Amino acid sequence: MENQDVNITIIDRDGVTHKIEAPTDMAMNLMEVVRSYELAPEGTIGVCGGMAMCASCQCYVLSDTELPEMQDEEEAMLSEAFYVKDNSRLGCQIPITPELEGLEVELAPES
Amino acid sequence: MITTDILIIGAGPTGLFTVFEAGLLKLKCHLIDALPQPGGQCSEIYPKKPIYDIPAYPEILAGDLTDKLMEQCKQFEPGFTLGERADTIEKQEDGSFIVTTNKGTKHKAPVVAIAGGLGSFEPRKPLIDNISDYEDKGLEYMIKEPEMYRNKRVVIAGGGDSALDWSIFLSDVASEVTLIHRRNEFRGHLDSVEKVQELKSAGKINLITPAEVVGLEGEGKIESVTVKQEAKVFKKECDHFVPLFGLSPKLGPIANWGLEIEKNAIKVNNALDYQTNIPGIFAIGDVNTYPGKLKLILCGFHEATLMCQAAYQIINPGKRYVLKYTTVAGVDGFDGTRKEAPKAVVKAIE
Repeated sequence: MENQDVNITIIDRDGVTHKIEAPTDMAMNLMEVVRSYELAPEGTIGVCGGMAMCASCQCYVLSDTELPEMQDEEEAMLSEAFYVKDNSRLGCQIPITPELEGLEVELAPES
Repeated sequence: MITTDILIIGAGPTGLFTVFEAGLLKLKCHLIDALPQPGGQCSEIYPKKPIYDIPAYPEILAGDLTDKLMEQCKQFEPGFTLGERADTIEKQEDGSFIVTTNKGTKHKAPVVAIAGGLGSFEPRKPLIDNISDYEDKGLEYMIKEPEMYRNKRVVIAGGGDSALDWSIFLSDVASEVTLIHRRNEFRGHLDSVEKVQELKSAGKINLITPAEVVGLEGEGKIESVTVKQEAKVFKKECDHFVPLFGLSPKLGPIANWGLEIEKNAIKVNNALDYQTNIPGIFAIGDVNTYPGKLKLILCGFHEATLMCQAAYQIINPGKRYVLKYTTVAGVDGFDGTRKEAPKAVVKAIE
């Protein structure tokens, strides 16, 4: 079977770089990938379950990978979150697709 | 002192279902929750969102699930201490526990079931250096007594429903209301946004956007806030600053109860009864962890059911019991009600 994984680089909250492979066929999002690799302690990421309602999966996008456009819910949540930068996104709103190959993100601090 | 059989910390779905399962074993429950209403995350974060994996409910709104659980456990007359956070626990000589809340309410029970989900919901605090210096000195993270703002100058920060709703409400109470939000758009209900717009036009609310409060000043109490509006930085005099940035769950004081914690959750014995390392204290639902744990409401229900059997043994040592089916035995409420399956009518054929 054809390999459907994409390669993603994730810098965790301690500054450690992880090069990981994420499946594109399991309807996962970036927050869930972080959890599945246990790159942030449970209970500190994906707190709301992925509804763009808590910002615990906020990350900074470091590569120029093209990402799906931000929807209203994500934009609204980021407008209230802390540590927000111009390149902030919510991991739960980024589905893992082949287009993410080479994506590089850094997890925002816990708040 | 409130006394009960099983003291449940957390009134979310798992805690509420515990009341029902305990009731079948004739055990009384009392629940403590930091939120002012039962339902936990379901009622606080996503009451209008559908859940699709509750057995036999192809789809149910989280708020409706809470209502149904309340209805199901009502006959077992649970007690509630709401809007208070369980802070300390002390083991008594007789083996029971006394749990005291942040408001000093004491509860005594032989069994404690922690069904605290992700923890107690605490207000999210903006990142301002000296913010803790002003807590309760003109700075409040939630509005409990609106009267304290009468004829005062209030600055509210935030862009969600609570920031909008309180700005509207206080515009009739305070001498001056200023609402500060990082963006020009608000994410509240459309009618609240329109109302704020109206009040702004009428000169009853000052709206400062896109802006942020970046500093607090005052001798012993808040006298002004520093506002950063794009390139402009200025001071805004006020008597109160109320940042309303929502709530986030924190494990909180439970983390200091001597329980074994792993992955921000409480380790339990899942082979048996979800007991923690402290006999008599159980942890069920999203708050616990064990190999293979899944944070699902339906798993919380299962854990609650097994936990109640162990609680029965602690409360009634040596007393015999076997599981009964509600269809066969019916349900006897503590309120005197009885539910039972109608008896089949047998009629002879002549």
